[in-house]
Amino acid sequence: MKSHLLPDFIVERIEDRCNKCGVCVKQCPWGVYSWNDDKTDILIDYTKCVGCQRCVIYCPNNALIVKPYYGSYRPNSYWTKEVILDIKKQAEQGGVLLVGTGSDRPYKVYFDHILLNASQVTNPSIDPLREPMELRTFLGRKPDQLEIEIKDDDIEIKTELYPNLVVETPILFAGMSYGAISKNAFLALAMAAKEFGTMFCTGEGGLPKDMREEYGPVAIVQCASGRFGVDPEYLNCAAAIEIKIGQGAKPGIGGHLPGEKVTAEISATRMIPEGTDALSPAPHHDIYSIEDLSMLIYALKEATNYEKPVFVKIAAVHNVAAIASGIVRAGADVIVIDGFRGGTGASPKVMRDHVGIPIEMAIAAVDQRLREEGIRHKCSIIASGGIRCSADVVKAIALGADAVYIGTAALIALGCTMCQKCYTGKCAWGICTQDPNLAKRLNPKEGAKRLVNLLRAWSLEIKDMLGGMGINAIESLRGNREHLRGIGLEEWELRVLGIKGAGE
Amino acid sequence: MRFVDSFLEGVRPIDEIIKYAKIEGEVAEIDARDLKHKELNDLMRECVLRGARKLILRNVCGQRYIGTRLFFNPGVNVEIIIYGTPGNDLGAFLSGHRIIVYGNAQDGVGNTMDSGEIIVHGRAGDVVAMAMRGGKIFIRDSVGYRTAIHMKEYKERIPLLVIGGTAQDFLGEYMAGGRVVLLGLNLKNGKHKSHYIGTGMHGGIIYLRGKVEDYQLGKEVGVVDMEQEDWKFLENIVEEFCGHFGNEIKVDKDEILGGKFMKLIPVTKRPYGKIYAY
Repeated sequence: MKSHLLPDFIVERIEDRCNKCGVCVKQCPWGVYSWNDDKTDILIDYTKCVGCQRCVIYCPNNALIVKPYYGSYRPNSYWTKEVILDIKKQAEQGGVLLVGTGSDRPYKVYFDHILLNASQVTNPSIDPLREPMELRTFLGRKPDQLEIEIKDDDIEIKTELYPNLVVETPILFAGMSYGAISKNAFLALAMAAKEFGTMFCTGEGGLPKDMREEYGPVAIVQCASGRFGVDPEYLNCAAAIEIKIGQGAKPGIGGHLPGEKVTAEISATRMIPEGTDALSPAPHHDIYSIEDLSMLIYALKEATNYEKPVFVKIAAVHNVAAIASGIVRAGADVIVIDGFRGGTGASPKVMRDHVGIPIEMAIAAVDQRLREEGIRHKCSIIASGGIRCSADVVKAIALGADAVYIGTAALIALGCTMCQKCYTGKCAWGICTQDPNLAKRLNPKEGAKRLVNLLRAWSLEIKDMLGGMGINAIESLRGNREHLRGIGLEEWELRVLGIKGAGE
Repeated sequence: MRFVDSFLEGVRPIDEIIKYAKIEGEVAEIDARDLKHKELNDLMRECVLRGARKLILRNVCGQRYIGTRLFFNPGVNVEIIIYGTPGNDLGAFLSGHRIIVYGNAQDGVGNTMDSGEIIVHGRAGDVVAMAMRGGKIFIRDSVGYRTAIHMKEYKERIPLLVIGGTAQDFLGEYMAGGRVVLLGLNLKNGKHKSHYIGTGMHGGIIYLRGKVEDYQLGKEVGVVDMEQEDWKFLENIVEEFCGHFGNEIKVDKDEILGGKFMKLIPVTKRPYGKIYAY
């Protein structure tokens, strides 16, 4: 069948700069560049280009420009180019449209309609360069009250405390499985978490045995519906366990890791045969209710001798506040809420773009609900899904989160350019691929350095923002909505977010 | 709304409940009548830490997660004998232990079980052997719904579930590996009633003794002929089954093997490979 699809990108070569070195041919996994028969010229088939910019960065002569293909249909603000192309693609292939990364739709970004406060005159701002500023965060259940005993100069806590995680900055790496991402990318996240004093989540693909001793203590291991690689040692080597119910990019559905990505090493980690599809059912088939969820939470606590906090991760959906209340009552120590901008290695486009609610709304609603019910201290909240910068972190925490997960931002630090082709397994940057030749492009040590730099940069910025508000501990910011004002928001939006409008 | 943690509330410390256990050398006997879920598991762990390798639990009545807490590194193997009715998630995440139940079991037997053995002299509830990844489970009578969902295997680690009676709907859904043997010993007319057998199955084998119609099978599973090695496998399994329950069920190995068996395997390892547009 003749394809009717328009190209996505166009490649321009500045001819007098190109010396036909062939780097682009080597670097492009999509097949855009090829030598002609007598190897005197490089041919360009730009219809295969996905816009990952790998060739542009690696061209030693800066001879390449990759830009969106500008040819288009008759302008139409209803039947847009994207709509037309999607229909054509489905008419040709007859399947569910697959995409990678979080939604790129122009829904309102609430983070960009919220402004932060700063101290002026009436209370002094704090200079974080000279004064102590606390970003350390404790994640887990807190006691109803604290009994202490004072002996001479010593204060002793009498209350038995629940297990908590300690992170040096309120930013953790979100669940991205080994299988979805390469071993090198996975390793880079683990190394960075360890170096900076934060944690990474394994996603549902298990934790390779050779990483357990060194990185188990900074790993949040996931137990998802496929239960891949879940064994007692996996659970016990970790810092915490996360039950994954849902994901912001595809709430309510399971996942299919295609058989061609299940290589020998991945099959060993997931404990399934090589080449088999790794199918994650949509629900956990032992969880059909809050009571069932409670049963799995306590099964995991039993399996780890009550030594580790248990997280429950859900996608932000319409009744998220009521669901979160149930999750706390079921015994979860931490709730992870993944907003509809949450990333993914592969999701049906229709789910990614049309299901869920914004993380800002979800966090505010959940925090409010748990406070009203007097159970906010019983769990920590991690906001996830589309956190792009330190200001988003601060706003999420002021809306009620304890900490945030970053996934996409971490991958961008590693080299990702958001080309959205993660599901093809051909990632030119060595992140979302199991092809050894591509995966080796990512050096885990260098990757970890980039991630540590990012965490350091954001942490410095967070301290600046806190100091500006006159706050010296991140804990004092949590749910502190007085420090937020809305701009360009309607009455109901301000109400749900629990914030005033600018000037109020 | 008061916050109730029904699981942890009122759990007594070990000192207060140790009186329910009698430890003599490697054998510990526990009277579970007055113990809450967690108390029983606390006590079992304590007994093992004090050297017990055989735990006899009496008057068990609904206590959950029996065997789950006994993960030690390096591993120890314990035999757990249960009189009464163990609660949900019996042997969840089980690591190497042997559990024998004289009575019925509830839901979630062997949930995500890693290794070891569970033998139930009675029936079991729903989600038996969910995501099981190693070890063996023998159930004398029937089981409930959603049995062996997403059971999986890796190389020589092949979990085994043997059911003397029949199963309800969704047997072997999403099954990714392992062996399920359904002996149908208590069928009245030789027909299983389960529907959606092997829906989404993409690995492993189900052996059924008795009859099921095509419409009872998921569309991802196919019926194939029994071969020499299948009979050899079944012979061993049935012998083991009769070793456990022979005295109670009054059926011998030859009688069981003389029945008609069906072998179900997935049509493809990649049932959902062709539903996407790229």
